[in-house]
Amino acid sequence: MDIIDQLPSLLAATIRVAVPLVLAAFAGLFSERAGVVDIGLEGKMLAGAFAGAAVSSITGNVWLGMLAAVALAAVLGALHGFVCISQKGNQVVSGLAINIMVSGLTMTLGLAWFHQGGQTPPLPPSARFSEVIFPGTALLSGIPFLGAIYGRVIGGQNILVYPTFLMVPLAWWVLYKTRFGLRIRAVGESPAAVDTAGVPVVRLRYAATIIAGVLCGVAGAYIATAQGAGFVRDMTGGRGYLALAALVLGKWKPWNTLWSCLLFAALDAVAIRLQGVVIPGVGPVPVEFVQSVPYIMTIVLLAGFVGRAIPPKASGYPYVKER
Amino acid sequence: MPPDPLANGQTPAVELRGIDKRFGTVHANRAVDLTVQRGHIHGLIGENGAGKSTLMSILYGFYTADAGEIRIGGVPVSIAESKDAIEAGIEMVHQHFMLVETMTVLENVILGAEGGALLSRHLPAARDRLKTFSRDYGLDVDPDAIVGDLPVGAQQRVEILKALYRGAEILILDEPTGVLTPQEATDLFRILAALRTQGKTVILVTHKLREIMAITDRVSVMRAGQMVGHRDTSATSPEELGELMIGRKLANRLDKAPVRIGAVAMDVSGLSVRDAMGVERVKNVSFTLRQGEIVGIAGVSGNGQNELMEALAGMRRFAAGTVRLGEADITPARPLAPDALRALGMAHVPEDRLRTGLLPSFAARESAILGYHNDPAYGRGPLLDWGVIDRHTATLMQRYEVKPPLPKLRGSLFSGGNQQKLIMAREMERDPKVLMVGQPTRGVDIGGIDFIHRQLVAMRDRGCAVLLVSVELDEILRLSDRILVMFDGRIVGDLLPEAADERQLGLMMAGAN
Amino acid sequence: MSGTSLKLPWWVDYALLPLLNLSLALLVAGLVILSTGEDPIEAVTAMVQGALGSGEGIGYTLYYATDMIFTGLAVAVAFHCGLFNIGAEGQAYLGGLGLTLVCLYLDWLPFWLVFPLAMLAAAAFGAAYAALPAWLQAKRGSHIVITTIMLNFIAYALMEWLLVNVLIKPGQMSPETRAFAPNAQLPSMQRLLGGLGIEIAQTPLNIAFLVALVCMVLVWVLIWHTRWGYGVRVVGASPRAAVYAGIAPGRRIIQAMVLSGALSAGVALNEVMGAQHKLLVNFPGGYGFTGIAVALMGRNHPAGVLISAVLFGALYQGGAELSFDMPTISSYLIVALQGLVILFTGGLALMLRPALVRLFGRA
Repeated sequence: MDIIDQLPSLLAATIRVAVPLVLAAFAGLFSERAGVVDIGLEGKMLAGAFAGAAVSSITGNVWLGMLAAVALAAVLGALHGFVCISQKGNQVVSGLAINIMVSGLTMTLGLAWFHQGGQTPPLPPSARFSEVIFPGTALLSGIPFLGAIYGRVIGGQNILVYPTFLMVPLAWWVLYKTRFGLRIRAVGESPAAVDTAGVPVVRLRYAATIIAGVLCGVAGAYIATAQGAGFVRDMTGGRGYLALAALVLGKWKPWNTLWSCLLFAALDAVAIRLQGVVIPGVGPVPVEFVQSVPYIMTIVLLAGFVGRAIPPKASGYPYVKER
Repeated sequence: MPPDPLANGQTPAVELRGIDKRFGTVHANRAVDLTVQRGHIHGLIGENGAGKSTLMSILYGFYTADAGEIRIGGVPVSIAESKDAIEAGIEMVHQHFMLVETMTVLENVILGAEGGALLSRHLPAARDRLKTFSRDYGLDVDPDAIVGDLPVGAQQRVEILKALYRGAEILILDEPTGVLTPQEATDLFRILAALRTQGKTVILVTHKLREIMAITDRVSVMRAGQMVGHRDTSATSPEELGELMIGRKLANRLDKAPVRIGAVAMDVSGLSVRDAMGVERVKNVSFTLRQGEIVGIAGVSGNGQNELMEALAGMRRFAAGTVRLGEADITPARPLAPDALRALGMAHVPEDRLRTGLLPSFAARESAILGYHNDPAYGRGPLLDWGVIDRHTATLMQRYEVKPPLPKLRGSLFSGGNQQKLIMAREMERDPKVLMVGQPTRGVDIGGIDFIHRQLVAMRDRGCAVLLVSVELDEILRLSDRILVMFDGRIVGDLLPEAADERQLGLMMAGAN
Repeated sequence: MSGTSLKLPWWVDYALLPLLNLSLALLVAGLVILSTGEDPIEAVTAMVQGALGSGEGIGYTLYYATDMIFTGLAVAVAFHCGLFNIGAEGQAYLGGLGLTLVCLYLDWLPFWLVFPLAMLAAAAFGAAYAALPAWLQAKRGSHIVITTIMLNFIAYALMEWLLVNVLIKPGQMSPETRAFAPNAQLPSMQRLLGGLGIEIAQTPLNIAFLVALVCMVLVWVLIWHTRWGYGVRVVGASPRAAVYAGIAPGRRIIQAMVLSGALSAGVALNEVMGAQHKLLVNFPGGYGFTGIAVALMGRNHPAGVLISAVLFGALYQGGAELSFDMPTISSYLIVALQGLVILFTGGLALMLRPALVRLFGRA
């Protein structure tokens, strides 16, 4: 196995895998920094994947599919907001309910609408997001290593990859350099301070849960109409929970969260390539172990043996004016 | 009570008329009127639970009144949320600071008044204005410090800066000195005086007569949800205000039998307690508690009393020292858990009733065995016999006048006084050798206070050693046979009530000598 | 003041409100059926018929309910201690490992020894897997919701690896163990009752159902009628009050989670030893999550757990039958309904209360 040969494709795979993780983790980042715990990332993504694939399939227009994905996931974000903010319900329960509900609803509706065992019809390339080939890719492909990096890692990625990675600095800028971000960070730490400063807590938190929905919708559309070619049962496959782990490991900070997502994605890319590889004298590589490393790392961090992950102070609690 | 007319005919800064507010069954404000003149420091005084904080929260839009009118500068305004109050030029410094501890001073100050969507465009101007305030009012804080790292006094200055930054004309301070050191309190009063000089209106909510007399121009007194009087500070006296507050002559002494001191019940020597952050909260405290006496620990809250009580009750490890309880020696190396201490005859009425002393979401009978749930009388072996516990609770409720006497009623549905009586009943009925009581009458109505005080004296007369911690000086003076004063984690005074006057105690509590 | 503190007649809080919440969930599910072009009334009739209309239907209903009693109790016990155990799924999976080890390697023992040993092993493995996040919560302050989610994934990975590489029946492709010997299988209820002269239909319903009922009674006694359970509830209500009362919160948290994990492992008893007679990949099949719905709807009371488990069992069985009768509606509708129940009886539990206070409230 030649590292130089393998590296470009490994990096390219890492980026591909990272996209939905980054989007979902930043969805969680906005929600939880505003004080609303969101374990419903998985469900919102899955809803986005279904809506994206279904509408793309029916209309043949992948951008309409994206719109539907974002809209549906945003509605679910607002529902999560309604439970957690307006009704002051349990935030974990609400997220869990959304995950389970969506898992069942997508299959029920998929089966009734498309009669293909719950899947949407396979999408033709025209109803999918495609790759962007950078100018000069063919020209440079002859150059060893660098040509592959340019053509397959930097360029040649899906069109959704680029806005996703632009979203990261944008999210950082919004959170730390704008009024809205200041208020979001404040409301996750001390909603009473925000309230007494004359800023409506409810509106801020709704904004955060809806942003979370939008980002999850994009992630879902990516999974179903860019990475995949149609909806398949539970196709988000736990990425929502993995994103949550990345958020914890990133200590609820934008850049750290990005690094965690990339690390998890790289582990995944490596694990797939290790499938069936036999180390002499040891036996086959336990791929399952490699895949559970992110979860183990998160637990170790939460245990406080290395560093400490302190969530936003008010996250998990509805805001009740105290007497 | 008719509105308080102003002598000079000037338009008052604030007028409240007929403000009424209920929380469930509690009538917190009954047709309250208040008039505050521009450029005054106006005191609002009353006991704990008199309705001052509720009234100010209504003025600040934190609650909405059920009835009544608010006029600011003579114009009727509707204040439904804090935003409306801020627009009317009203700002409030809350008792529990409304600050985001993970953010900088500057970020806290601009929160809600950022000036525009992009912070970078408005931060430099904000920084400049902060500097101006620092100079004009002596409000000295580093704008880039993280608020959580600042001492309490500085955090309070951040709150005042926040208010001024928003262009406050009327500033409400709710019990601002409760958490301050004496030096910090002096600083605060200097700042308030500077504010008055600049023409700002200040409403000072407090239950401390000393502060009213020291700094206010005029004072209004509340009692049990009602406004009971308005006075010019220069034309009144602490005695008169105290009378208005309490509603009867200050009965400094309770009719109690002369003290009959017995054997040593608890001996504390060299006790030190550190909090979770490693800060020493109780510093080398020593005292002796004997049977048949009430020892009162006076002090401003937050001077280590709470930590001391928790350490003595086994709820907190202590760092150094020895506690001798009867025959047992308790040291950091050999701590005793609360259940072991109970077995040795210690009882504890904790300060925090709703989170520690009872279980608001449980039936009263379940709170009635809290801490004694392992008593063999309550059931065979590992089992609990709710029939027995029911009867036991009913007896307790009858004997200690807990109303309504329903053992199955949820704890949160009793009034504060009745919750406290239930806890006292549980802790007293086993005739403990040592009874520790923290803030026994906080949030308790007047009738309940009297009952609870008599019960404590009865315990002492039966030979129990009572350790009382209270921030209410009246209570300390009324009950104690000996007074210890705590300041900054140390015991700074040990005196007999006959030899103590309020002024001297106040000075000790403020760490003056 | 929050809505919870205003007094309502007990039957409004404990019967009417949960029933209304359940109705809302069913109503939304009905709308979903409508949107697929089918008739909801017809669907409900078919479901009730499928679940309760025959001996076989009832047998399956109770068989599904068995898993849900176990996980519902597991979640409820943790709830009483103030803990949200999302890890019942992983604990059940690990419980299956313990049980399988006994059933595969000690199957030369007689049934009356294999049965308790397998049960003990399952409980021990499930308990151990729950003790880890409990210990982390109690001693290190690691949030148990996150750790149990993570441990579910680790359990999937671990069990998959074990099944593919270690426990797999040699010479076979699908990752499952060999079938257990007959003396390492739980007798079906049909056989048990047949021995007593009572004839019932052949279903996977087995004596794990009886074990679940016993567990239900034991949990009821433990939580509500023992000093230990009192301590657990005090810790759940207020850890500070627990410290004050001399109840060590950390110890109770670990104990309650150990019990919770052991109860979760009951799924293995029913599925692995009772129904399949071998260990299959992903046998817990989401019952750990269903348990959350069951516990919420049953208001964390053992009797409530039993009622809602049977109801959900009927939904599972009815849903399975429904997909035969009306192929456009899949049994996945039941999964959606489960989510809706969690939403309305959990997250939105008090949404309708203010309206009920206006109707039935008394000062």
